[in-house]
Amino acid sequence: MTETVLDIRDLCKSFGALKATDHVSLDLRAGEIHALIGPNGAGKSTLIHQIAGTLKPDTGTIDFLGQPIGQLGVAERARLGLGRSFQVSSLASEFSALRNVMLAVQSRQGSSFRFFRRVMGDASLVDPAMAALERVGLKDRADIPAAELSHGERRQLEIAIALALGSRAFLLDEPMAGMGPEGSRQFTGFLDALRTEAPILLIEHDMDAVFALADRISVLVYGRVVASGTVDEIRNDPEVRRAYLGDPQ
Amino acid sequence: MTISRETIINIVLALLLLAIPYAAIQFGNPFYVTLATRMAILGLAAVGLNIALGFGGLVSFGHAAFFGAGGYVAGILASHSFSAIPLNFGLFAVPGTNQMPIIWLVALLAGGLLAAAIGMISLRTSGVYFIMITLAFAQMTYYFAVSWPAYGGEDGLSILVRNQFPGVNTMVPLNYFLICYAVLMVALLLSALIRDSRFGAALQAARQNEVRVASVGITPFRIRLVAFAISGMITALAGALYADLNRFVSPSMMSWHMSGEFIVLIILGGVGRLYGPVAGAMLFVMFEFLLGGLTERWQFFLGLLLLGVVLFARGGLIGLIAGKPRHD
Repeated sequence: MTETVLDIRDLCKSFGALKATDHVSLDLRAGEIHALIGPNGAGKSTLIHQIAGTLKPDTGTIDFLGQPIGQLGVAERARLGLGRSFQVSSLASEFSALRNVMLAVQSRQGSSFRFFRRVMGDASLVDPAMAALERVGLKDRADIPAAELSHGERRQLEIAIALALGSRAFLLDEPMAGMGPEGSRQFTGFLDALRTEAPILLIEHDMDAVFALADRISVLVYGRVVASGTVDEIRNDPEVRRAYLGDPQ
Repeated sequence: MTISRETIINIVLALLLLAIPYAAIQFGNPFYVTLATRMAILGLAAVGLNIALGFGGLVSFGHAAFFGAGGYVAGILASHSFSAIPLNFGLFAVPGTNQMPIIWLVALLAGGLLAAAIGMISLRTSGVYFIMITLAFAQMTYYFAVSWPAYGGEDGLSILVRNQFPGVNTMVPLNYFLICYAVLMVALLLSALIRDSRFGAALQAARQNEVRVASVGITPFRIRLVAFAISGMITALAGALYADLNRFVSPSMMSWHMSGEFIVLIILGGVGRLYGPVAGAMLFVMFEFLLGGLTERWQFFLGLLLLGVVLFARGGLIGLIAGKPRHD
């Protein structure tokens, strides 16, 4: 049996009367892409926020690499290797693409309290950052401020940052939103290869990409996992067809 | 390598400030030397604030606390040196001193500790709450100074003879200007190094997007706390120099007017620009002098200028001439 990297047990989160996360349990195993799908407002992003640490769950546990991380802050979880992309890109907008990635490199080296050496002349920062940009296909855009990148490019940049961080698992919230069809196709190929490096918990609305990529799919409706299984199981699950995929009958 | 427009402006400003006292002496108006010294010292205080406010986006409305702390360090040590009565800390006693290098070190230490303590609490808030809580802390130090009779209370404390610097007669205005100018230049150099360093990268990124910084594993609070302490140290050093310039310390150095003035300097010159505080201080002191000579209500016109900058030149003087900042 393959190793479980991320293990979520019985997670609950309410906003007033709204149960955004309702006893959710799911896991992410080494080498896989686990897709999380569901209609708008199903609580997918809320779940990602709880895993990454920007939201605190009401009850339930989250284990990452065998260690409980429920009480840790965002930065501590990132240092353990939880790399993340945001539904709405979140970047240092004045910084160039390169400097955004360099920030992750310096964090990985554990060295943000250095006051005197110029970062731009520091090959130990620039080279790994450039390599990460090259992998996502943004090498030519390295000098462009994040604010001036297209939506799709910002998603790619967030992935590059997660790569540079040496992530042990990726939480990707709609990484393909804002990409054209050609970009989507290329990026699907990229994610396909990425899973061997670290498993991916993927939220995506592009069903073609989900069915092409996912090893397993969990369907979230009103904060609950209504179905979980392989691509074929989910495709043929009557409840999923009714609730989400839009049963033709 | 091409030299950017901003670098040229910086060099011009540095040379201009250096030239003022010499020109003043040349034209037989040595009073202007003191004006230039005021520019350098207020500029230094704002260089300190610029690290927190400009680089880190931490709008501190309480930097007068650090400025005043530095001032009182100079005043208290000098008074004990003059009276030859050691400072009594109960368990042990230390003699006062009239040596500037020692006073500066103590001022840096005092400013850093005070800023770390204030920052530890204030940095848990943000936005308008941060502004208010830093103001509240500064006002606490202000009222503490007012109600501390041992060192003059409300009336302040005079420094009878300006403190000394090894090998320099500090009573000569030009000499004292040069000391302050040199300190300003060193602070600017440090400020530039910090800005371009890993620490500076994290600090500036935290201003732009706190969540992003946390998501790569850097805790914004720690970065900001250290920045706030460094910022307070530099402003405290400026306070010590200011006390020696006026040979007088009073609680007014800690009042909220002073904190506001520092923010105004930075906005006039250009928020987050290396020489923004210097440009702002030069403009401000010039304004204060020229308009102050014409009308008592010069601050009204300063207000108009500030309004103009905020509405039409958000980057301040430096931004107006050099354009947007570059981040490589």
